[in-house]
Amino acid sequence: MAELLQYLLSGVTVGAVYALVALGFTLIYNASDVVNFAQGEFVMLGGMISFFAWQAGIPLPLAAILAIIATASVGVLLNKLAIEPARGAPVASLIIITIGASIFLRGGAQLVFDKQLHRFPSFSGDDPIRILGATILPQSLWVIAGAVAIFLSLWLFFAHTLTGKAVLATANNRIAASLVGINPNHMMTLSFAVSAAIGALAGVLVTPITLTSYDLGVAIALKGFAAAMLGGMGIPAGALAGGLLLGLIEAFTAGYVSSVYKDAVAFVVILAVLFAMPQGLFGRKAMDRV
Amino acid sequence: MTLLQVEGLGIDFGGLRAVNDVGFAVAPGEIVSVIGPNGAGKTTLFNMISGVYLPGRGKITLDGRDVTGMAPNRLAERGLSRTFQNLQIFQRMSVLENAMTGCHLKERGAILSDLLCLPSSRRRSAVTKARASELLERVGLARAAEHEASSLSYGALKRLEIARALALEPRILLLDEPAAGCNAVETEEIDHLIAEVAKSGVAVLLVEHDMKLVMRISNHIVVLDRGEKIAEGSPATVSRDPRVIEAYLGTQGAEAGHALG
Repeated sequence: MAELLQYLLSGVTVGAVYALVALGFTLIYNASDVVNFAQGEFVMLGGMISFFAWQAGIPLPLAAILAIIATASVGVLLNKLAIEPARGAPVASLIIITIGASIFLRGGAQLVFDKQLHRFPSFSGDDPIRILGATILPQSLWVIAGAVAIFLSLWLFFAHTLTGKAVLATANNRIAASLVGINPNHMMTLSFAVSAAIGALAGVLVTPITLTSYDLGVAIALKGFAAAMLGGMGIPAGALAGGLLLGLIEAFTAGYVSSVYKDAVAFVVILAVLFAMPQGLFGRKAMDRV
Repeated sequence: MTLLQVEGLGIDFGGLRAVNDVGFAVAPGEIVSVIGPNGAGKTTLFNMISGVYLPGRGKITLDGRDVTGMAPNRLAERGLSRTFQNLQIFQRMSVLENAMTGCHLKERGAILSDLLCLPSSRRRSAVTKARASELLERVGLARAAEHEASSLSYGALKRLEIARALALEPRILLLDEPAAGCNAVETEEIDHLIAEVAKSGVAVLLVEHDMKLVMRISNHIVVLDRGEKIAEGSPATVSRDPRVIEAYLGTQGAEAGHALG
């Protein structure tokens, strides 16, 4: 019983990170139909920038905020310099551009920072908290709380603010959105900024647990992508469900089967989703009117 | 007094002169129709005026200001709104929500009060909803308000687009084949609606194939053929113009004149 709970807790923690990464995929996908494979690099930048700012003597909370703002700017630049000029190119080309951007950011991080693993202290110490025989790190609670806060505020943003609804309208139909006076390019820029900021926040929260390095982005992007596919690409609630589910499957595989297979889980999930239900858990089957 | 002035407008697609040297003017409260055979360049002309295509040549002025090549969202702010022949609807929103998006520019809300769902935000939302419902009533879609847009028929979606365009409270409204896909009763309703809109001082620019509708409501008609303006004038003048008759029905003019009249 304690064992089960232990796997559950670690699954939810990892799942919360995947959910945040999947949410980043979702936001950009909705705004532009592009699957942004540089999403993992946003997570990496969040962790790396915080670490180096912290090491330079800036207090950790400030360093984290700095990292989030800097990463959001990188997201905006990615849109302005790489995606927007290629607007009108087929989506596949845009996706390849994001793969290029991801390699570029990884290389850049290697040059600007270094190739070491880094960690900064947990926000509230490293003493595990005991719950019914299982343990959870205080930092895990930070990760879960961060994910909950992000999902809640984004839900409010999309459901209740004019800007949020304008983003949704642009996702639904760009031309119609511009007809009613919405600037679709602004909405794209906003989506990239928010998406990058969310990625960076995930990076900041998770670094004390998993450490960070310049090449962490690839693996995390893959997991986040699997989570987004599982939940249904383009649906925020799907990102949340997909992330948590993937985290749990991973934790249970590691616990009950073997930790060797842990990383294979994401691949299996992608394949299973593509075979069995390409629209994901929350997605609707697309039907064209003829 | 001129609201919209188009001068020497043209665009090429590769080697094809899709539209060449077209000019005309629209005044507030006036209904101007653009007619011509299929492929004459009517929709292309509309796309240039509404900022969807960047014109290759010529000039568009709105209220004396040069708006050539301005993006659709900025033209919307300046009071130009349009509908599409092949529909640009938010398919995954409800009918009411589609109409509400048209009120977008009239709404102003503080993000913070919206996030907290304060009463002021809810009141604003209610005002928008009431305004959108009123417009749906006007185009005869009140009963479908809660349906998802994608479930509506083509004719109903055309009217939804008109409602959304009117929600912007435009000074000039561009309608691309508003009566296409509508039955005779619906066409008559659209006829009344357009006349009403024009009477309230809005300039209307219309592309339409239903000649009866065009002849009945237009103050002024511009005839395009193969991208060029071949005639312009009142419905009576245009329908007697031999070049118009030829463009529409070939050279056997006698019968054609009868058909257009």
